Amino acid sequence: MNPNAYLVLSGIIFSIGALGVLLRRNAIVAFMSVELMLNAANLAFVTGARVWGKLDGQAAAFFVMVVAAAEVVIGLAIIITIFRTRNSASVDEASLLRW
Amino acid sequence: MNFPWLLLIVLTPLIGTLLLFVPKRFIPFSDKQIALYSSLITLIFVLVVAFIFDTSSTALTQFDVSYDWIPIFGISFHLGLTGISLVLIGLTAVLTPIVLLATEHEGMKKRKEFLMWILLVEASALAVFLARDLFLFYVVFEAMLVPIFFLVGRFGGPRRSAAALKFILFGLAGGLVMLAALIWLYFVGATQLGRGTFSITALSNELNMDVWTERWLFLGFFFAFALKAPMFPGHTWLPDTAEQATPGTSTMLIGILDKVGTYGMLAILLPIFPNASKEFAPIIIGLAVFGVIYAALVAMAQKDMKRTFAFISISHFGFIVMGIFSFTSIGMIGSTVYMVAHGLSTAALFLTAGYLIKQKDNSLINSFGGLTKIAPVMTGIFLIAALASIALPGMAGFVGEFMVLTGTFQRYQIPTIIATFGIILAAIYMLWLYQRVFTGTENKETKNIVDLNLKQTLVLSPLVLLTVLFGFYPAPVIKIAESAISNTMLQIGQTDPGPIISKVETK
Amino acid sequence: MIAAIIALPALSAAILLSLGNRTNKFGPWLAIGASTGSFLIGFWQFLQMLSRPEEERAVVTTVYEWLAVPAAGFKVNFALQLDQLSISFVLLITFVGTLIHIYSLGYMSHDENPRRFFAYLNLFVAAMLLLVLADNYLLLYVGWEGVGLASYLLIGFWQHKPSAAVAAKKAFVANRVGDFGLSLAIMTMFIVLGSVSFSDVNEGIKGAPAWVSLTLGLLLLLAACGKSAQFPLQSWLLDAMEGPTPVSALIHAATMVTAGVYLIVRSASIFNASEIAQTAVVVVGTISLLMGAVIAAAKDDIKKSLAGSTMSQIGYMILAAGLGPIGYVFAILHLITHGFFKAVMFLGAGSVMHATNDNVDMRRYGGLPKVMIFTTITFFIGYLAIIGIPPFAGFYSKDHIIEAALSHSWWAGAAVLFGAGLTAFYMTRIVVMTFVSKPRWEDDVHPHESPLSMTLPMIVLAIGATSIGIILTQNHIFEHWLEPVTGFVEPEPPFSIQTITIITLSVVAIGVLAAIWQYRKVAKVAPKNVSFVVTAARKDLYGDVMNEALLMRPGQATTKFLNIFDKSVVDGFVNGLGALTTGISARLRRSETGYVRSYAMSIVVGTAILVIALLIVRL
Repeated sequence: MNPNAYLVLSGIIFSIGALGVLLRRNAIVAFMSVELMLNAANLAFVTGARVWGKLDGQAAAFFVMVVAAAEVVIGLAIIITIFRTRNSASVDEASLLRW
Repeated sequence: MNFPWLLLIVLTPLIGTLLLFVPKRFIPFSDKQIALYSSLITLIFVLVVAFIFDTSSTALTQFDVSYDWIPIFGISFHLGLTGISLVLIGLTAVLTPIVLLATEHEGMKKRKEFLMWILLVEASALAVFLARDLFLFYVVFEAMLVPIFFLVGRFGGPRRSAAALKFILFGLAGGLVMLAALIWLYFVGATQLGRGTFSITALSNELNMDVWTERWLFLGFFFAFALKAPMFPGHTWLPDTAEQATPGTSTMLIGILDKVGTYGMLAILLPIFPNASKEFAPIIIGLAVFGVIYAALVAMAQKDMKRTFAFISISHFGFIVMGIFSFTSIGMIGSTVYMVAHGLSTAALFLTAGYLIKQKDNSLINSFGGLTKIAPVMTGIFLIAALASIALPGMAGFVGEFMVLTGTFQRYQIPTIIATFGIILAAIYMLWLYQRVFTGTENKETKNIVDLNLKQTLVLSPLVLLTVLFGFYPAPVIKIAESAISNTMLQIGQTDPGPIISKVETK
Repeated sequence: MIAAIIALPALSAAILLSLGNRTNKFGPWLAIGASTGSFLIGFWQFLQMLSRPEEERAVVTTVYEWLAVPAAGFKVNFALQLDQLSISFVLLITFVGTLIHIYSLGYMSHDENPRRFFAYLNLFVAAMLLLVLADNYLLLYVGWEGVGLASYLLIGFWQHKPSAAVAAKKAFVANRVGDFGLSLAIMTMFIVLGSVSFSDVNEGIKGAPAWVSLTLGLLLLLAACGKSAQFPLQSWLLDAMEGPTPVSALIHAATMVTAGVYLIVRSASIFNASEIAQTAVVVVGTISLLMGAVIAAAKDDIKKSLAGSTMSQIGYMILAAGLGPIGYVFAILHLITHGFFKAVMFLGAGSVMHATNDNVDMRRYGGLPKVMIFTTITFFIGYLAIIGIPPFAGFYSKDHIIEAALSHSWWAGAAVLFGAGLTAFYMTRIVVMTFVSKPRWEDDVHPHESPLSMTLPMIVLAIGATSIGIILTQNHIFEHWLEPVTGFVEPEPPFSIQTITIITLSVVAIGVLAAIWQYRKVAKVAPKNVSFVVTAARKDLYGDVMNEALLMRPGQATTKFLNIFDKSVVDGFVNGLGALTTGISARLRRSETGYVRSYAMSIVVGTAILVIALLIVRL
């Protein structure tokens, strides 16, 4: 099987995610973009598992999903808390932790 | 193994520190009493050891206590007593109770904490003077910084945090370089001797380093000791610290802890790096002499009493270093006597001035004047301390200074002549200070100064008595130091130069 | 027993100083008792010494081992040496000292704290005795600085007066300059000869090369200059008159300032071995004796005038000591007679001041014989003694010095003769202005004779000033007495002794007459337009001006500069390192913007760089 198309797709998705994180200010969107990047990585893992015929890639993808799920819980909780106190979900406004 | 006297000496102040934190319903003593008693018990132990100490023995150390600590690196918890250590732990044990008694007014609100830090200073100073394992020495050498840091930073004057920071940065800078040299030394020892060891005795007796290794290692250790002593140009932390610290802290710092620098030179540098010591001696003597004159001149220009005392001490440390690097018995014994004399006179100066400064809340020389009539006892004790500090004959300082100068004169004539100018400068800076603070007529600000009461006088009197005693009868200190110094002379392979005339005749 | 001579006054001083005000009542009496006791023991020792044959008279008692480093051959004992020279000093010090203690009882009776004064006096006596009894140079040094300390304390006794405090400090510092010489001398003795005791040094110097005795001689001369107020370290003595008058009499006339002479005579073997050093001593003595006399002739302050005279008379002694074996004995003889006649004059001056509300200006004295007859007579005896009228004490000692100086060189002889004339001039001036001339008292002054405690010591000292010269020179007693210690060679002046006496007396007569003529009328205020010489003499011959210009101002400038240097350069380097660190970190932390996006950007960029780097390596 030729994995090139899968890997290119994975790269494209990853780039979209990365650009989303860099360019979008809405916390929810940035968050979704992070998820996008994780899923791009998952696609690459699964592709790898299929190519080599081993389960390692699948297992790694499972770990990523578990971590992503855990992260979603905490991340969304934080975003909602920030939204409640500031009435805004813009990441640029939460810039208190600086010099 | 014999009865572990030395362990007892080091542990007593530590136990006192712990007892401070036992709830009061279990102990019938107040915090003040606990601290005082534990320091007095330490003093008793030190006196016992001093009496048992065998001055005729040629052994390097006595009363050894040794436990394995980190055997894999050859590190042991090894305490041992040399003559020089005995003199210095004696000084520490005498000064601590006096400082505790004389500083009852300091740190009133944070009493317990103040006492704790003072006791910790004592414990670490005792340990550093007794350590016979270089790693242990390094650990307590660094640990000493902590109590002083807090004493300066929490109890000092308005700019105390800056002073404490400067103090600890200088201390850490020296310690870091020393640590690097220490690790290097360990590997040199491990390669050459086939076993890693930090034993000072083993390192000084068995090790033969190649020339450049020895030079670098010497410089590493010297850097730490010179910053601690302190010598010009690494001295600037001392005036800042002394100015901000309370008089009690300054006494512990300058009277005891700074001696670690000169002790290190005498007990560690010379035995472990004899060849490099000899090579660098002329430069160090030059630096020391320069420091003597330089600090004396700068002392004259100070406006603050405590800063003046600090510069005076820097000048005196120049003398001590000079004596150590003269490589003569007279010079080195003189340095040891000088350390004791300097500890006593500095303590008397700082503590007496402390009673004065407490009443005015400032230590500017110009804000005083005309105290002779209002506070005759204070004036008297201060004058004696001042005269002791400028090495008036009949005081311990004279014995030390004269022996240092004579010993150095045996090898380095010109530097000694320059250093001897210091005795003129000493008279000027000290008597000028005395004149401005104590003589003249009282002014608005000084007329309500209260004289020392009987108790305060009695607290300070041991300092005066010991100074005069050692001035007229220095034999105890000289005898104790002598055995250790003759060992050091052997280790560095030097003999005392004889009189010039008999040399001429034999030629 | 010898130690007790020192221990008594030392103990008394310790008791009075440590117990403080509790001893106010009996303090003065204890001090007088201690001083008297010292004198009695000293006198007893003197009798015992007389009873021994000449070669057994000197005894050394080792009290204990003071400093000893056997490995280095360094050993200094706390040992006392009682020989003909030191017993002479012991008797002088304790005798004059006791009288001045008694005098102080009256003089200090109005002072707030006579107890402290007596304690210091005792301290001084003890230190001075240690100085003359020590058997080695290092122990002598202890006494040497001890008397310096006592002098410092006593000059500054009225320390509420800033001038007194400054004068005290000045005296101590000038003394320390001398001590610098003494320290180096002692160190040189040790490294060259291996010992610092008198006997070893005397032995060792014989085989030593010339530079040793020259170095030691010059260093000891520097020490003597500091202590004895000789040129160039003379300026402190005039200021030292700020102290109470008994102090000026005891310390700054009779005993302490003569310690320099003692030092030189004690080191006779060193000076004998170096002609250059001896010449230096003679030159210093000559300069000082002329300077002192000129200053004494211009001062209106009676104590300062007498202080100038002291400097001049000590110049005589130093000069005599520089002449070698022909002069040592006469230096000591003059020292002893001077101790009597100068003390009596200082006490007389104190008595006058006591009577005139502590006024020291001779231009406001005059007409005193009627109101204070004892003071006048005793002062007059002192006057006759110092200008050298036979049979008063000064005649014998000074005449011998003139003989010795003449046999040394023409210039030394001319200087001492000229000095004798100047002495006659300034002393006559003092006597005329103070006693003989018409009263010029301040309005509220009512002079009266002083109490018995003050007149009695003056009378005793005046008797001494009259007789001691004859007694000591009968049959050359004193020469024979001191010969075993100092050596003695009969001077051989170019003229006969009678001729010299006649010349001297005529020079003295000229001086006396000149002064009487000059001061036939005394103005209440010092005349302003005076010659250059008088202006200079009134300013102590610019001694202070020179010190100030050469030492003090450059010194102050140096300390100021070094202080700034220390703060800005040495500490500046340290603080600069700190500032550099904080400066860099202040810039670097700007990169922490707080924007999540920029952090993410740096992660992406970082990753990209890593990936590219890996690819480059793989390629």
